[in-house]
Amino acid sequence: MSDLILESPALPLRTQRRPRRIRLGASLAIGFLTLVIVAALAPQLFAHGDPLAIVPRDAFHPPGWAHWFGTDQSGRDIYSRVIHGARLSLFVGLAATALAMSIAIVLGLLGGLGGLRTDRGVGWLLEILFAFPSLVLALLFVAIFGSGIGPLIIATGLGAAPGYARMVRGQVLAVRNAGYIEAARALGHPTRRIIWRQLLPNAMRPLIVTLTMGVGQAIVWASALSFLGLGARPPTPEWGTMLSMGRDFIANAWWLTFFPGLFIVLTTLSTTVAGRYLQQRLEGRLT
Amino acid sequence: MSHKTLIVEGLSVEFAGQNVVRNLSFTLEPGKTLALVGESGSGKSVTARSLIGLAGEGAQVRARRLQYGDLDLLALSDRQWRRVRGKDIGFVLQDALVSLDPLRPVGKEILEVLQTHGWGDRASRAARVLQLLERVGVPEPALRARQRSGELSGGLRQRALIASALALDPGLVIADEPTTALDATVQAQILGVLQAIKAQGSSLLIISHDLAVVAQLADEVLVLQHGEVVEQGSMHQVLTAPRHPYTRSLLDAVPAEHERGTRLSPGQPAATLARAPRLDQPVLLHARGLGKRYVGPDQQVRQVVDGVDFELRAGQTLGIVGESGSGKTTVARMALGLLETDDGQVRFLDQPWNGSADARVAEIQRRALRRDISVIYQDPLSSFDPRWSVGQILADALDVAGIAVPDQAPRIRHLLQQVRLPAELATRRPLQLSGGQRQRVAIARAIASNPKVIVCDEPVSALDVSVQAQVLDLLADLQAELGLAYLFISHDLGVIRHVSDEVLVMRHGQVVEHAPVEQLFESPQHPYTQRLLGAVPRLPSAGVALQVPPLEPENAVLLFDESRLWKIAI
Repeated sequence: MSDLILESPALPLRTQRRPRRIRLGASLAIGFLTLVIVAALAPQLFAHGDPLAIVPRDAFHPPGWAHWFGTDQSGRDIYSRVIHGARLSLFVGLAATALAMSIAIVLGLLGGLGGLRTDRGVGWLLEILFAFPSLVLALLFVAIFGSGIGPLIIATGLGAAPGYARMVRGQVLAVRNAGYIEAARALGHPTRRIIWRQLLPNAMRPLIVTLTMGVGQAIVWASALSFLGLGARPPTPEWGTMLSMGRDFIANAWWLTFFPGLFIVLTTLSTTVAGRYLQQRLEGRLT
Repeated sequence: MSHKTLIVEGLSVEFAGQNVVRNLSFTLEPGKTLALVGESGSGKSVTARSLIGLAGEGAQVRARRLQYGDLDLLALSDRQWRRVRGKDIGFVLQDALVSLDPLRPVGKEILEVLQTHGWGDRASRAARVLQLLERVGVPEPALRARQRSGELSGGLRQRALIASALALDPGLVIADEPTTALDATVQAQILGVLQAIKAQGSSLLIISHDLAVVAQLADEVLVLQHGEVVEQGSMHQVLTAPRHPYTRSLLDAVPAEHERGTRLSPGQPAATLARAPRLDQPVLLHARGLGKRYVGPDQQVRQVVDGVDFELRAGQTLGIVGESGSGKTTVARMALGLLETDDGQVRFLDQPWNGSADARVAEIQRRALRRDISVIYQDPLSSFDPRWSVGQILADALDVAGIAVPDQAPRIRHLLQQVRLPAELATRRPLQLSGGQRQRVAIARAIASNPKVIVCDEPVSALDVSVQAQVLDLLADLQAELGLAYLFISHDLGVIRHVSDEVLVMRHGQVVEHAPVEQLFESPQHPYTQRLLGAVPRLPSAGVALQVPPLEPENAVLLFDESRLWKIAI
């Protein structure tokens, strides 16, 4: 057999792609996120000080050369605390999003693949979760399990889960009717393999971007809960907790609240901007 | 109506340095019809679009002369163009489904053209809309004008689109693939409408990939290949004495004109022989009294398939032909065991395969036999997981066939070779392949498990004629090499005639005729088959004039969209 192929060439291959311009906003966001991630993994690279070291005579130092972000009421270095806090905030954000996504995948698959009744049941459950203010839900959890990192993650994850579950369900419904799912059935693949190898990965693809943004959102939520005293307990360096502690001194020592707050805002903003950028990049390639 | 001449001299279109159309010249006299024929990528649509100033973003249109009457089409500003489009030059777009606003009644769509150009007053415009719909053969125009495009059948949508192009009686009508994707009888009706437009004195520029379609209409033909005119002449001359080999290969590729067992594409000699149904072969797939019902959104039960029987014997091809909505795809899905039957049973390799109620077969029971039956779809791209490369797609199929991972790589190379694709393609994604290459990959996947039966659901309907010819030849070769049996579904009688040993003609879910292929085409018994055969556009050299079948009420409205229904049913 020769490799004779007499095909008419398709439309001229478009080689001229637009020059890849990483926009300023996206590169700043990605840069900042990288710093936060490094700070989370190895805080001692940025801050040599001990975030918990109490030096009473250095209390309420305004930002300066010795203490870049100033010190708090116990004389702890806020810069070190913010840097060390990145680990916890980021961990809570990631863990909560992962938890939310796991719940969402289970519920979404049940709704999208189960029968009419299961789907309706899942729908009701989601509506109840939606109708329930996440804050009240979180309070409920804290009331049951006490405050701490674990309940904080669970509460934040549960609050985010219904939104993701709806998206997963919609995606599953769309993907299950795709031609390649039927082709896989016709090939004789077992249903379980089709779900894991084709349905779920394809359904999740458009959610990657949402997840990136969701991490930022979860950090805000977790910080809010910590701010209310429902999360990490002081003196743990956690951005929300630091905000909460600084609140009492906001009139005289703005830096106690300003810097942790700034990092919450910048981190969330960066995940959103980076997520958008990712979305634009992926949309060009997918479909 | 104005009577102007369209003069095109030395037209070239460039996209970012790529020459898509090169040095094209023709003259279209008033009242004449010119056909631009070529395959995808030949530049025919771009040519048509540059004649209405819509060549596309980044296009550089150059010509020595581009003139319609006394209008210089090269010098018009955007504002001037808007006045010309619709009024002087009407344009019928290719895809009626996407070209009509799904949220607006079609009457409004036509009305808009009249309003934009400030034609008449309110009352006369309303009357004009109905008159136009009537002129293009839309039954009950007052009712149809109020319906949205989604509620109309493909043929009616195309008519509505033509009506909007005709709204202002332009002297020149450009129709880009006006009948592509339509059923044979509907296609014949649309060609009838275009013939009537021509008879009323408009000039017509028709763009098509199918010489047989334009043969009925055109006075003159331009054959385009890779943006260049390879042949230009009167319809009669091009059909009877084509000068360029490409034109000849286009004519040769029309399957209806060629007997079974002859090659459609140039190159290799025939690998198969013409055959009659052979009853001595074992029956592989056996269907008795197949039936399928759906409950529509209006709670009405629709019998989509009703009492279909067939036997598919080893090494044979059973063709199922019918128009959209005839239930042929539903039959294919039941034959594949992907859709449970409501009545009747299917047996595969003497095992129960599909049935209902007591005879219900669980998927687990079917799984052992799955590797003996496979499927090729009309749209291969959507049947591939978008994340996978060609190699991964084939590896996935080999997994089912029980081929261990280390043995897969040589098998993939062999499969690609069997479908005449270079082995390097394994690393590419289907998105980067041409339509014909994608279908070859789908065929490679279908033969990966060494099946006995392949169900082919409109496998060549989305391909250019010459590519279609190559794919049909490939299927014939594989049948001869591997002894495959095909259940071949198509709306295209020409294709069905070319590939089948036996043919089922389906209509409204029922088999109206079942006969060996020669008998069916030589002496069709059922009036519906006769009508279907009459509607096939053929080259005039075959000596048959196009018969325009009457518009049937069931062709007018979309009774149901089969594909949408079975998706809900999964």
